Amino acid sequence: MKHSQAHLLAYSYDATANFQAMPDLVLSPRNTEEVAEIVKFCAKEQIPIVPRGSGTNLAAGTVPSRGGVVLLFNNMSEILELDQENLTITTQPGAITQDVSIYVEKNGLFYPPDPSSMKISTIGGNVSENSGGLRGLKYGVTKDYVKALTIVTPDGEVMKIGGKLAKDVAGYDLLSLLVGSEGTLGVITEITLKLIPLPVAKKTGIAYFNSLEEAAKTVSAIIANRIIPVTLEFMDKGTIGAVEDFMEIGLPREAEAMLLMEQDGSEKQVEEDIQKMIAIAKENGATSAILAASEEESDVLKTGRRAALSALSRKRPTTILEDATVPRSEIAKMVKAIQEIALKYDVQISTFGHAGDGNLHPTCLTDVRDKEEMERVEKALDEIFQVAIDLGGTITGEHGVGEMKSPYLEWKLGASGMALMRNIKQSIDPKNIMNPGKIFAKETKKRLVIHGGN
Amino acid sequence: MVVTELQQRMQQSFIENVDEEYLMDCMRCGFCLPACPTYLVTNKDEIHSPRGRIALMKGMRDGDVVWDGSVEESFDMCLGCRACEPACPAGVQYGVLLEETRVAVEQVKPKTIAEKAIRTSTFDGVFADQKKMAGAVKLVQFYQKSGLQKATRKIGFLNLFPPFMKEMEGVLPTIETKKKRKVALKPKTTTVAFFAGCLMDTLFQETNRKTIELLEWLGANVVIPKEQQCCGALHGHSGELEKGLRNARANVDAFDSDSYDYIVNNAGGCGAFLSEYEKHLQSDSAYAEKSKRFSERMIDISSLLVKLGLNNRLKEIQVESQAIVTYQDSCHLRNVNKVFLEPRSLLQDAPGFEYKELIDAGSCCGSAGIYNILQPEMAKKILDLKMKGVRELQPAKIVTSNPGCLMQMQVGIQREGLEDEMQAMHIVDFLYDAIHKNQN
Repeated sequence: MKHSQAHLLAYSYDATANFQAMPDLVLSPRNTEEVAEIVKFCAKEQIPIVPRGSGTNLAAGTVPSRGGVVLLFNNMSEILELDQENLTITTQPGAITQDVSIYVEKNGLFYPPDPSSMKISTIGGNVSENSGGLRGLKYGVTKDYVKALTIVTPDGEVMKIGGKLAKDVAGYDLLSLLVGSEGTLGVITEITLKLIPLPVAKKTGIAYFNSLEEAAKTVSAIIANRIIPVTLEFMDKGTIGAVEDFMEIGLPREAEAMLLMEQDGSEKQVEEDIQKMIAIAKENGATSAILAASEEESDVLKTGRRAALSALSRKRPTTILEDATVPRSEIAKMVKAIQEIALKYDVQISTFGHAGDGNLHPTCLTDVRDKEEMERVEKALDEIFQVAIDLGGTITGEHGVGEMKSPYLEWKLGASGMALMRNIKQSIDPKNIMNPGKIFAKETKKRLVIHGGN
Repeated sequence: MVVTELQQRMQQSFIENVDEEYLMDCMRCGFCLPACPTYLVTNKDEIHSPRGRIALMKGMRDGDVVWDGSVEESFDMCLGCRACEPACPAGVQYGVLLEETRVAVEQVKPKTIAEKAIRTSTFDGVFADQKKMAGAVKLVQFYQKSGLQKATRKIGFLNLFPPFMKEMEGVLPTIETKKKRKVALKPKTTTVAFFAGCLMDTLFQETNRKTIELLEWLGANVVIPKEQQCCGALHGHSGELEKGLRNARANVDAFDSDSYDYIVNNAGGCGAFLSEYEKHLQSDSAYAEKSKRFSERMIDISSLLVKLGLNNRLKEIQVESQAIVTYQDSCHLRNVNKVFLEPRSLLQDAPGFEYKELIDAGSCCGSAGIYNILQPEMAKKILDLKMKGVRELQPAKIVTSNPGCLMQMQVGIQREGLEDEMQAMHIVDFLYDAIHKNQN
């Protein structure tokens, strides 16, 4: 139990700019039973509970905006079992994603979800946020790997859902409901994940372009050519420069865009696909498209891409990042729209992201202390959301709604969608003690009307 | 909440001393967390992480927290190893923020009379004046030579000295008699000004002698400017930055000559501060240019030995590998000066040894200047973790690049009862011995 002033402040934030609120108490339970006791007490006293992994959330999902208890999992961070017959791994929620990943790979198995914060983030946090990562294009996201969960319901009951099963249609799919529920429906205390065999080979290609559109076209062309690479990552000029400032690995600062393309599988397939992707990049105007010289070089490039957001924050005091996602076919349009919006509102936006997934992270570089600029930033971000939705996309692909995007959720879901979700929340957590103030906003933002010509 | 007058003054001191722009650089991504030794040994306690400390610095400034024991503990527990800096994609200048915080705290925090006396004798006395340091050390040498060391250890002879020196008691290096110098291999073409360092030049005099000898052997002309002082790092890290800068100016003056190709040091902790003179003195018009010249020519001993071609000399001596040598990074040499390949390359080429990497060699050993004296419990936890890796590797020599690390590793060896199996050594001593023992 921690409740010193320093502790309350240290658990008042996550990685989201401009959100902070002090909890009343910070607790580190040691097992499911202790979690259940805490939840029962909080339910009785109507005290909010905010489960928190490592606090790398990017939508203020782990900020205790209504005070209450921050629940930590640093005492519940063990890997419990590797089941070689069913190809599953069972861990406590506090296990670090990368530790799990390394552990299974030592055993010749593979857990693909790899959010950029995987060195820091916890599996529990990943499940609660349904995190994506660099390998999403081919291997999907966290939800595609969750087989079973132990949860403590908002009234303190312990419940096991799912199992080490290949198939299971017994009733509603509660696993899918819990994964990505951002701590609003209960506390996850044990997780069983699906594993797959570790691919034997992988190779990485890098392509640089003189325009964003060429890079975006390359992405569409690769998919259209029936290649599904593991990774198809995009960085624009601003991002390339920021990463280069941090890593000093010799990225060309003059390039307008770069693509990082990785394929895994059998030696033959990998070689074939990577050569094809390099050729497609060249056809679409790449100034340079080459194979990474070694696995080390490929790792360095991926590390650079993972650091993109934080590296961008070198440029201005505040970085506000979005997570707009559109169908793959619309990626070029989205990239173009972001550029135009930045110009229109005179704000600095750098974009990187999982281009192959249609999931971009336009990042506004600004300063929260400048009120006038912040107003323009807000308008720009509103418009980005609206354009994404108009293109058949969503407001968040992998970061979650949290508190930050809650005012926009109705834009995506509509009034009836919101009502259905509210009913689900209400029936599972009638006292609203589980991470209150997240997903559901008090007020929806006024919807933007974009006039023709934009 | 009632805010006391002291707490108000403390907030004011944070506003005046801790730079808001530097604080805003942190976007709280958490990339620093896995790099922070105190975060890891406290089972991931956010107040003992760089991100948490920066949030607390900002909280103090903005008035979100008031000064109390819990805030103080968070700052005090920081090793200052700066492993968070290379891990930080946003380029947060944590070292600067920590120094500023310590200045902010020192200016307001009431001190006991005893603490004041120690601080004065340490920062204004011994560390400010090389002669006083030498005087104190002569006593230590007498004490060692006379054979009284073992007998008097129990009654704490070194109580006479500032507390940090007392702690060194168990692991003080022994004094060697002078050996005949080797003749230089080639005509001297490079002129090197040697920064002797207050600890290195007193308690570790032997290492300094060998440093000079090695450099001369490799054809360097070594000069030791007389007016040099303690680098000032300990002052800076303890919230006495102004006193540290007094030393910095003296050193910049002492080494300001066009005839020096390099200014070399052999203590990682000093080297980092020396290379940051430029940053600290950039707004001092009389010293901005001079300190830039100083910091640009600063080099650590391993990098210089590599430049002067020691690797080839080592390779010429062909001896079978008989034991394992490993390396514990000096945090500041690694994290501030970004030097970690050079010492390893020298050890890889050292005759008679096989180099093996120590697990987490880049993370702090817990010495951290005088941290092991101020925060013995945390330092012990960190050292225990380090020694776990050492036990697995079973090296005959653990080589370091800094006197603090050297003593801390030796403390670790003694604590584990491994004195008969292994030894902690300064890289210069190790290389010197490897050459002398294997070459006629």
